[in-house]
Amino acid sequence: MQPFVSHTGRVAALRRANVDTDQIIPKQFLKRIERSGFGVFLFHDWRYRSDGTANPEFELNRAESQGATVLLTGANFGCGSSREHAPWALADFGFRAIIAPSFADIFYANCMQNGLLPVVLPETAINELFQRCAETRGYEVTVDLEARAVSDAGGFRAGFEVEEYRREMLLRGLDEIGRTLLEEPRIAAFEQSRQ
Amino acid sequence: MPRTLFEKVWDAHVVSQVPGGPALLYVDLHLVHEVTSPQAFEGLRLSGRRVRRPELTVATVDHNVPTGDRRLPIADELSARQVAALVRNARDFRIRLFNLDSPEQGIVHVIGPELGLTQPGMTIVCGDSHTSTHGAFGALAFGIGTSEVEHVLATQCVMQTPPRTMEVRFSGLPEPGVSPKDLILALIRQIGTAGATGHVIEYTGEAIRAMSMEGRMTVCNMSVEAGARAGMIAPDGKTLAYLAGRRETPAGRDWARAVRAWTALGSDPDAYFDRHVLLDASTVQPQVTGGTSPGMTTDITGRVPDPDDAKSDADRQSWQRALEYMELRPGTPLEGLKVDRVFLGSCTNARIEDLREAAHIARGRRVARGVRAMVVPGSRQVKAAAEREGLDRVFTEAGFEWRNPGCSMCLGMNEDVLGPGERCASTSNRNFEGRQGRGGRTHLMSPAMAAAAAIAGCLVDVRAYMRESGAPAIRIDNVMRAETAPELYPIS
Repeated sequence: MQPFVSHTGRVAALRRANVDTDQIIPKQFLKRIERSGFGVFLFHDWRYRSDGTANPEFELNRAESQGATVLLTGANFGCGSSREHAPWALADFGFRAIIAPSFADIFYANCMQNGLLPVVLPETAINELFQRCAETRGYEVTVDLEARAVSDAGGFRAGFEVEEYRREMLLRGLDEIGRTLLEEPRIAAFEQSRQ
Repeated sequence: MPRTLFEKVWDAHVVSQVPGGPALLYVDLHLVHEVTSPQAFEGLRLSGRRVRRPELTVATVDHNVPTGDRRLPIADELSARQVAALVRNARDFRIRLFNLDSPEQGIVHVIGPELGLTQPGMTIVCGDSHTSTHGAFGALAFGIGTSEVEHVLATQCVMQTPPRTMEVRFSGLPEPGVSPKDLILALIRQIGTAGATGHVIEYTGEAIRAMSMEGRMTVCNMSVEAGARAGMIAPDGKTLAYLAGRRETPAGRDWARAVRAWTALGSDPDAYFDRHVLLDASTVQPQVTGGTSPGMTTDITGRVPDPDDAKSDADRQSWQRALEYMELRPGTPLEGLKVDRVFLGSCTNARIEDLREAAHIARGRRVARGVRAMVVPGSRQVKAAAEREGLDRVFTEAGFEWRNPGCSMCLGMNEDVLGPGERCASTSNRNFEGRQGRGGRTHLMSPAMAAAAAIAGCLVDVRAYMRESGAPAIRIDNVMRAETAPELYPIS
């Protein structure tokens, strides 16, 4: 997994709450057996009209969102399914971090598995960011996992909480299976104790 | 120290604990299906790892499979490839697979309990959010992503941050015509789709105790739609009666030992829950969703809400969007809304009791003209049982299609999809935009309500369609009251 230490990038604003996994990646795209290539299907039904052409109304299709690597969005992002294809699509599209007031549990865990950093900030900070994004062409933020803070060049700064274990894994880009297998004797002992 | 059911199961499975962080939990049962596993098995191959406990891993095909003629090869090339990948992976890694030709094939969360694989006190995971279904047995069961699927295959463990606990108590008993599906929709309506985020719910109360196992599965199934990590119900006499004699449940002396362990799992008196939610089951009406999330639910006797009445800007915006998508106007009564399709199926409501509930309404009546109604049993065993009871004929004589088991139109990964603008009365679990087909409009409800909608050609109050005799007491056994001690299965 690619490590995440600190990332500075353009923000794309998707000011909607309860964006569910069926919107992030519709089911017809779950038929692949590979992990890659999902970026083109991200937000498919919002991004493309029925005839396949780009929907100019969709936030991520607008000029100011091009090249964005940080997604700013509303509460309960990623609710619905456990499909990890959702963070795969977001990461493949180019996002490295998502900032929201809250995330659905399974989606949050899936992001962590892929080095796509989900950042929870209070509503007041989120609203401030939406405002700054709307007012500033090419608005950028720095998401610093080491310092646990989001900041911009205009004086904004907000700290965020993240489980220490997850933070370590991301900072070092560690493979969780490899780490767990170091505990093999404990797993074996547990299995023994059940006999 | 008094402990909840959840804590007892959690504590018994901790292999190790990161101080102040997640625990490494052992997994007793790993259920697998064809959509979320290919990349996990591929990962094992690439890293040269094996499946640690193949005998604790069970697979089936459900999401992609056609529900029509199964003798034909799968028409969609990608679907066929995904199913073939699971067949290959099951063979290479020596995992039991209930494939299309197996008499036990079906939706993963239907066959687990059917086969007796799902048992109280277990930890159960699957790459599917509705894994919460198995919590009906007092198991800690939850959905995981593909990376975690690979982790479980390789280590038989999963890292989990300890969740908080929520007790949801359903007091009283529901009125006739109100089923377990209505109770869980009523909960999601009350607390919202993020109401239980970060929590494991334990369902308690008279209505839960009086509910059959299949009813409990419906309730636990939709826990995830309230944002919960998992939903659990303490085992009791009904749990034991359901499990006794099933293919994979312990037998003989092992059964007696298991029963002793299982009956000790219930939450201790005075056990601490982080939150409590109380609902009066006796006042719940038949529910129907009107918007594009399971929380956007109203009484069948109600009207489409007005977004201007919303409590927040975000809610107003959500409702406005939803009504536009669903082509509904504020103030319109839900009753009378014409439907184009009816879907009776999914891991929420496709078990034998669901089919009986729907058949009770459909018997001797006809599907309305212009409506296409489908019944998709949850498994081949459910289908066979329904046919032994003659339910298939009740449905086909009424003009419903009687199809083969799979996830089908719950999420439309196979050919069973809604066309743009089509309105569907569905017994499934999600009404998100495009869920059942791009532009499709989903209204979630109970099996009886969906059958009534098929007959009427529009959303209706099922209570007008119920008969005086022959009604399967809609999964609520009014004879058994929660005040008396739960009937214990005799230990032989």
